Amino acid sequence: MRDIRYREAVSEALREEMRRDDRVVLLGEDIGVYGGVFKVTSGFLEEFGDKRVLDTPISEGGIVGCAVGASMLGLRPVVEIMYADFLPLAMDQLVNHAALLPFVYGDQITLPFVVRTQGGAGAGAGAQHSKSLEAWVAHVPRLQVAMPATPADAKGLLKTAVREETPTIVFEHKLLYNTKGPVPDGEHLIPFGAAEIKRPGRDVTVIATSRMVLEALAAAETLAAEGIEAEVVDPRTLRPLDGATILESVSRTHRVLVVYEAWRTGGFGAEIAALIAEEGFDYLDAPIRRLGGRDLPIPYSPALEPHVIPTREAIAGQVRAILS
Amino acid sequence: MRQTVKPSSVHADGVGALDTAALLDLYRRMVLVRRLEEALGKAHAQGQIKGPLHRCDGQEAVGIGVTSVLRREDTVMSTHRGHAHYVGKGVDLRRLVAEIMGKAAGYGRGRAGHMLIGDASCGLLGGNGVVGGSIPIAVGAALAHRNLRTGGVAVAFFGDGAVNSGAFNESLNMAALWSLPAVFVCENNQYALTVHLARHLAHTAIVDRAAGYGIPGEQVDGNDIEAVVAASHRAVARARSGGGPSLLVAETYRRSGFSTSDVGGYQPPGEAAAWPDPLEVTRVRLLERGVAAGDLAPVEADAQAAVDDALRYGIESPPPDPGEALPGA
Repeated sequence: MRDIRYREAVSEALREEMRRDDRVVLLGEDIGVYGGVFKVTSGFLEEFGDKRVLDTPISEGGIVGCAVGASMLGLRPVVEIMYADFLPLAMDQLVNHAALLPFVYGDQITLPFVVRTQGGAGAGAGAQHSKSLEAWVAHVPRLQVAMPATPADAKGLLKTAVREETPTIVFEHKLLYNTKGPVPDGEHLIPFGAAEIKRPGRDVTVIATSRMVLEALAAAETLAAEGIEAEVVDPRTLRPLDGATILESVSRTHRVLVVYEAWRTGGFGAEIAALIAEEGFDYLDAPIRRLGGRDLPIPYSPALEPHVIPTREAIAGQVRAILS
Repeated sequence: MRQTVKPSSVHADGVGALDTAALLDLYRRMVLVRRLEEALGKAHAQGQIKGPLHRCDGQEAVGIGVTSVLRREDTVMSTHRGHAHYVGKGVDLRRLVAEIMGKAAGYGRGRAGHMLIGDASCGLLGGNGVVGGSIPIAVGAALAHRNLRTGGVAVAFFGDGAVNSGAFNESLNMAALWSLPAVFVCENNQYALTVHLARHLAHTAIVDRAAGYGIPGEQVDGNDIEAVVAASHRAVARARSGGGPSLLVAETYRRSGFSTSDVGGYQPPGEAAAWPDPLEVTRVRLLERGVAAGDLAPVEADAQAAVDDALRYGIESPPPDPGEALPGA
């Protein structure tokens, strides 16, 4: 185990997979000469050359389409979409092509490619560079979606994603790149569809994704001082979703808060809440609560931005309300 | 068995004629496509095919001509009007019709329909129902050909409507930037759905777009299969030898409606009649070169027989079992 930053974990995952398999190629804006705007691919161009590390034009749809075609013939592209806010530019390729071509071709082909992107608010990046759009793609059958919250998960999930045969979108978070945490030495892979209980607790289950996992853990610390033991569950992948771990936790705690940074309406937390209502209703001693982002464009001002994102204080407040 | 038209049968000056045997073989393929379109149209009218059907009557020389210079490992991204591409790349006619009829034996096990047929074994990476959507996928295929050293070339077919998509611009720029082995074939049938190109293109000479990417562009008479073959040969040879992509614009005309749902009324009277029929052009040329009319009759009869056989197979094939074709159903 070493403590490394989330950024370094992502970088390690890519470097290890590229060294292991020369079919892995990287495509993205500013990833080559500059090393990526979040510096995940520094040194990659020098090590792997410009046939495998491609600085692309600002053409998100074209880049993802390129990954579809290249993976069809056996390459394993990893695309970087600089901001999740730019995913809509590539939605035609993801939704109308990547997700369905293997199906309509009668399973003659697979599309082993990954889209890495980063979303989330809190950096003052404004309304076009701060959104959480995971629900847009998690809605689509035959796409996989991962949302690592820790350096270990960032490495293990990305390495798995590169080896999957199904198009996979990995959502990193801009405020997580500098966070540090323990990452196992040696080969580290995390299977998809395996949620992790990040903190055990008996009183309430808090299901959180991406950076909200860290906020939920901070809230749990505060609550513990008050004698409330919150269990924090991180699904880690939204599709496939590990419903069993979520339901098992709820069966013990009987109370649920679902926390996600994306807009509350239609966010993926609504799907989790629906799952619990449908399959875990008998476990519940209180109504399911959801805490999502406010249904507003993300504002810029430091005086405004914190008011649209769930905070550790808000999470703790919701838990107290559930238990009262 | 499908044969690749050999460079030796194309004149070195690039505009010359094919040898007669090669031209006769291409005529055979074009007739097959026409008979197929007619039979599918009839089957659609009789309710044996559901959903819209996009026929390529009149455009056979483009699809058949371009694919005739390709090798099996060369890949094709097609369009919603792709039957000539499908046939030219060598798909199995029975499985093709079975898919168009939504049957279990079809290429997509009944999941696809006629717009989304792929046959990986012959390099057909598939039809596509999103105008422009297939072009970047062909760029990715070209990247794979280069990186994996397959020796193959990626061809993207698209229509005049697709050149107005962002995907067209993004794709040609990337392919040119990375000098990929790709050929972009614009099958200009004059209409984007029902809108004439004069009403959707600010500058109707599509071939001029090539200059914007610094790649060779060539406009050909898309109803003259020898011209199509010669130009395709130049473009494919350039791509294969590392010379990068090119844009080929084949001027042709869609003799059927946009799809079976097209009620017409937007084409000026007499417009269609003014365009030559590529099958007729080729037939006359063969006769002029000394092929006896009696030698053409079996070609026509064989095409009809092959289409009849495929249609019969499609009609008699069982539908897919939802339990098998739909996982998790």
